Parts: sequence; C-alpha cells; structure tokens
Amino acid sequence: MNNLKDKVAIVGLGWTKFSRNSGVSVKNLALESCKNAIDDAGLTVKDVDGIATYNIGDSVSPYVVATGLGLPELRWNIEYFAGANGATSTLLTAACAVIGGLADTVLIFRAMNGRTGTRLGGAGLSLNTSGVEQYCVPYGLTTFPQAVAMIARRHMIKYGTTSRQMGAVAVTCRDNAALNERAVLRSPLSIEDHQNSKMIVDPLRLYDCCQETDGACAVLITSANRAKDLRHTPVYLMSGTHGAGWQSGEFFGKTTAFWPEWDELSDTYAKTMAPELFGKAGITPEDVDVAELYDCFTIEPIVQLEDFGFCKKGEGGAFVESGAIKRDGRLPINTHGGLLSEGYIHGFNHVLEAASQLRGDADARQIKDAEIALVTGYCGPVANAVILRR
Amino acid sequence: MKKNSSGHEKPLPQPDPDSQMFWEGCKQHKLLVQRCKKCGTHWFPPDSMCHMCQCRDYEWVEVEGKGGVYSWIVVYYSPHPAFSREVPYAVSYVELNAPKSIRMCGNIVNCKNEDIYAGMPVEVVFDDVTPEVTLPRWKPTK
Repeated sequence: MNNLKDKVAIVGLGWTKFSRNSGVSVKNLALESCKNAIDDAGLTVKDVDGIATYNIGDSVSPYVVATGLGLPELRWNIEYFAGANGATSTLLTAACAVIGGLADTVLIFRAMNGRTGTRLGGAGLSLNTSGVEQYCVPYGLTTFPQAVAMIARRHMIKYGTTSRQMGAVAVTCRDNAALNERAVLRSPLSIEDHQNSKMIVDPLRLYDCCQETDGACAVLITSANRAKDLRHTPVYLMSGTHGAGWQSGEFFGKTTAFWPEWDELSDTYAKTMAPELFGKAGITPEDVDVAELYDCFTIEPIVQLEDFGFCKKGEGGAFVESGAIKRDGRLPINTHGGLLSEGYIHGFNHVLEAASQLRGDADARQIKDAEIALVTGYCGPVANAVILRR
Repeated sequence: MKKNSSGHEKPLPQPDPDSQMFWEGCKQHKLLVQRCKKCGTHWFPPDSMCHMCQCRDYEWVEVEGKGGVYSWIVVYYSPHPAFSREVPYAVSYVELNAPKSIRMCGNIVNCKNEDIYAGMPVEVVFDDVTPEVTLPRWKPTK
C-alpha cells in the first residue's frame, strides 16, 4: 500500500492578528501570515517554490502571493475551490506535491476578511436559485447555519442529543480561548449563557455558531529529510483522507447546502474513511493526544467524535457533556478555542494549533506530552482529516 | 430584494434542462420524479443518469406526494430581507412514503412551528406563487 507517512513535515507557522475588522486587504493578510511562516522556519523566500490555498468567499490566489513575496519561481501551486473540505486536504495535496517532486518547500495559507469582507454566514451574499439551490432556497433554506441545523435536529431525533450537550462544546472552546491571546472571544461563557442565548435557527442558538473573523494563517512544509535540519521540532504528516460517500450529493451551493440524497443526515463520511486514516498512520483513536475538530457549529465535533471512533454512534452528546473533551479530559479538543472562540479562518487555524501543540510551544494552552494530533475539516457527506505527530 | 412582475418577493427557482419537467409538473399540481426505465430506481433531485445503473433512459412519473418529516428547522434569524420579514418560519426535509428513497425540502404550512414533530405525516400542497411558478409545500395529513 502506497503511504505518505512521515515523508513530509510542517516546519513553519505564521499567523496574523485575528479580529472583527482587520482594516487591511486580504492580500495584506495573506502576505503577512506567509512571511511569518517562512521566518518561523528560519528560511527565506528563496527556499519556497510552491503555494497552495483554498477558498469560497474572500481569498487571493497563489500567483498574487508569489508576486507579493517576491518568490524567484513558483514551481507548483493550487487554488482549491473549497469550503471547509479544504481545511486539511489542501495540506494533504501539497504534501503529495512535495513527495512527487513537484515542489520542495510549499506554503499553504488561508486568508480572509471573513467578517468585513465576504461573510459566509449569509449576510450580504446574494441568493442563488440555480443548481441544487433551486430546491431549497425558495423555501428560505438559504444559509449554512440553517443547513447544519437540519443535521443537528436529525441527530436530536435519532439519538436524543440535547441543546445543553451542544452547549458543552461551546463552553469548552471558550474555556480554552481564555488561555489564547490570539482568540477573538475570551470572556467566560457558561452553559446558562449558552442556553439563554437567542435562537438563530432552531435548534442552533447564537453560541452554537462560530465567529466570522478577519485574519490569515499559513504553514510551511518540506520533505522530512530537510525538516530535521531546521529550527523547530518537525511535525510529520502521518496520514490524511479527503473524499465523499455514496450519494453525497451536491453538498454545497454558493450560499447554503442541501443533501437530499445522503442516506442518513446524522452520519458523516468520516465513519467510512476513519479506518483508512488511522490504518495508514498505524494508530488507533486511543493513541490521539489532542484533536482539533472542525467546529463551524457545535454539532460538528459531536458527530465527528462518534464517526472517528472516539465514542459510540449516538453517544457524542454524552461524551462532550462528561467533560471528556476538556483540557484535562480523555481527549482535549480545540485547545485554541476552535472556530467557535479563537476565530473562523475556515478551519486552517486548527492545523496550526495542532502543530503548536506537537512542537510543545503552545504556551498556556499546552497539553502535556502531546505527540499525536487529529485535525479535521468539515465532516458531513464529504469529509477531510489529517493525523500529525511530532 | 426586487419584486418580480407578479409581486412575489422571494427568490424563485431557476429551472435548468434537467429540472424543467419537475417545475412544469408543479405548475400542473403534479409531483413528478424520474424513474429509470431499466432498473426502476426513482430519483430526486432531477438528474440525467440513473445513479444505480448509469442508464440514461428514464421517464417522469407522478408520485403521491405523501410523506413524513425527516428533519426540520425553525428560522429565527435570516440575513435576507425576503425571509427576515417572515421569521420564525419552518423548513423541513420530507421523506416520501413512496418511493421511500426520495426526500424533498419545503415549508410546513397549516401548522404551528411548535407542533411539528419527527415523522409527522405531511402531504404536498401546490402554491401558485406567480403565474409561471408553483412551489410544492407540505401540510399535515389529517
């Protein structure tokens, strides 16, 4: 079996400030995060020969970033038209480019004025009624929160999952964000605050929804061989998967999502791909020390914990409510505060947090002896995830 | 949002070559789906090939339009003016009784939002929102 295990490593991390109003262009954010990642690795722009990114909404292309940084040559690049299915799979694709010799050292970034530019929550987006959206938008199913609320309701119907259980995810993320200076929301949040917050789309309340954010982050990857001579402890890519299940449907449109053909809305493709993901890494879920789980809405980590095998199907709600996902729990998740509280950089900030944890430089957020991390992007009828180790 | 010529203020479906028959059917108050002539599989949304046997030979057949609530949401906040005036409103995925494999999205009408429950029996009603466009919606089955 072909395997990319341990052949590529993350060697540099770069962030911009995360805010609700950056006051600068998306290009400015992209360049700053990329330069910070190059500096962090102790390299120069002359060492970089590949760039990858993904987007729906705000972004800039690899060519623009290559020009802005003054790269001597861009040997390989890709701009993946993707929402959160690009969150970890863009890293995976770039790793394949390094293994295949298309580039030696690749920047992967996500830059967006997600609050002051294109708001993926729906505000300001013009409604689309062609393609799959002709069957849902005319009825007022027009935004991503509404599409995911349909999944949350289905999970409640099938397994008795409660709003309080979803709230436990929000509270855990906020507790973690209190330790993270980069986080957009750090003030304390109680389960009562969650329960008293206004309904956005029943069953999702305000604090079930992530924070639209302005900001950017970037990582630099290179071959494992080269990585060991660089400044930081290399963070190796053990495995990754990215795909879709049978009848995943047209999983998203321009403004919302609708999955009429997916067999069971409370299941995700993660269930199908997890054996390959863990198998190729040569580990089991029990070996994971920290998990950065895509949390655009609080139901997402719950279904992922089930489908990646950290608890039984249907027990995700009880699992998060038990405290198992807290910093001192069985499986700490979203140690930076997640998209719910650190900010929504389309899930790519999860990759950087995992790498920080594995390098051991996560400051007050550090989970002791973290050696293996699972990072996920959106998981529904389509799913993507990577496993990293130090 | 601009009103269209007939005063309907909400976005209307844009039929394409695959979906034209479905919307034509709605206009005639018939719920039409496609059926594969080779293996008999029904499917929705409209497509040009059978997902089971890849046959491209299909026919449009009328279905009864009765089903149950598979999942539902109640929208309390909409960023879009056309819908923000109507909150709170309910949208449901309806699973048809026959063929069972088909789910459609639509509003639940003639029912209070708080009375909707999982599996609630519903049936299609046709709402002629403009002279050109009819939207299927769903009401509780008595």
